[in-house]
Amino acid sequence: MSGDALLTVDQVVAGYTTPVVGPVSFSVQSGQVLGLGGHNGAGKSTLLRAITGMSRVFSGTIRRATGLKLCHQWQRPELPPELALLGREIYTLLGADPDRAPAVIRPLLGRPLYRFSGGQFQMLQTLACLCSPAQLVLMDEPTNNLDGRALEALSGILHDLAPERAVLLVSHEKAFLERHCSRMIEVGQ
Amino acid sequence: MNDWLLFDAMFRIPFLTGLCLTAALCLVGALLRMRDEWLAALGLSQVAAAGAIAAAPLGLPGLVGAFGAAGLAVILRSSLPRVGNSHHALMILIGWSATLLIGAHIDHGQRIGDSLLRGQLYFAHAGHLAGAAGLLLTMILMLPWLSPRLLTARFFPDYHKANRIRVWPYQAVFALLVMTATVLGTISIGAFPAFAMLFVPSWVGFVLVDGWRQSLLATLAVGILAYVAAFVAAMLLDLPFGPVLTGALVLSAALRFVTAIRRRNAEISGDSLHTNYLAPAERPTRS
Repeated sequence: MSGDALLTVDQVVAGYTTPVVGPVSFSVQSGQVLGLGGHNGAGKSTLLRAITGMSRVFSGTIRRATGLKLCHQWQRPELPPELALLGREIYTLLGADPDRAPAVIRPLLGRPLYRFSGGQFQMLQTLACLCSPAQLVLMDEPTNNLDGRALEALSGILHDLAPERAVLLVSHEKAFLERHCSRMIEVGQ
Repeated sequence: MNDWLLFDAMFRIPFLTGLCLTAALCLVGALLRMRDEWLAALGLSQVAAAGAIAAAPLGLPGLVGAFGAAGLAVILRSSLPRVGNSHHALMILIGWSATLLIGAHIDHGQRIGDSLLRGQLYFAHAGHLAGAAGLLLTMILMLPWLSPRLLTARFFPDYHKANRIRVWPYQAVFALLVMTATVLGTISIGAFPAFAMLFVPSWVGFVLVDGWRQSLLATLAVGILAYVAAFVAAMLLDLPFGPVLTGALVLSAALRFVTAIRRRNAEISGDSLHTNYLAPAERPTRS
């Protein structure tokens, strides 16, 4: 593994019943926000799922730092229609501390899920991942449905990322990637 | 039957068996609803009924047949790459048709099938009570370990796999609890009343209060109140217990509609439960 890489993806071809993406190679270092860009259907989400073990790796290797703890924020998380769980109960599932939650999310922590909008739920899940103790956070289109305040909060957290942590950020919004990523990989070219 | 029978020692064991099963079925039902798998409960209860009736011509106890069939269904279900309500619906149809077809070809088949679909709580004995109490105790002991794992899997589906945390222990424990609760419920109170107990209390309880623990408690309260009311009503009015229980649970759904109307009215008036959750800046103001 190169240097202090948290994750190394080497010539990976991934998909489900048939390959969808690859071969792709990159590594993610501590303190880095690595952007994954590409057109719709290029296989960016499939690549993230290959890292978490939810899609199939046809060839190539994925190496992780020993004991790496990671968290995956899903694109379009499903908001259950009737569950009365409070925002706090979701936020703390992965170990995020509600007392240190970003201001933008605090009013949502005491609210039951059935009163969340899709954008609020997306923000809750995104910040639950980012504020969890995971060293590597995989983010899949985190800007979807977010309003200006939420985007600002997300930008602030990415900007202040602790040096021992890293983010692998998938987005089709090139401006957002360029603003936050120390390096970018184009998938599907 | 008269009201003195309510206090007869003969009915204590059936009452306590049903009470333990009610609490266990309510908790299992809440977890199934949280996972959006509540239809699986009806599928399993129908398959368990088919297994129990199939055991008769083989000379096996019904409980063994019910566990065997439900266990097989659980194994088949967990071997599928993706499980949805279509699979659960198929289980219901297979269980229902098998119960009636097998019942039509064995001695007393119709009577056994009928008792499995409607329930036979009054015939519960000490063995049933021990099983039901053991299930409830296991459920209570396992819940603090099981619940956060199931919640994490629901909201962050690949978190455990991504972090190489073994998923089979909690998945196996949950499958065993669902199977045991469904089989004991089907044998003791009947396939449809057991399904009603798995389905209705959480459907009602989840809209009465906010918060996960509070939802579980509300689910338990709805289920236990309906059970006690049904037990008393069935004895006093000399009615079959299973349909009375199912009816009592269906009546409890009125609470859900009343709560929904209250919430809607509160939102319209701007005085709502809803606004209590908002930060001061977000709260609507009256002009």
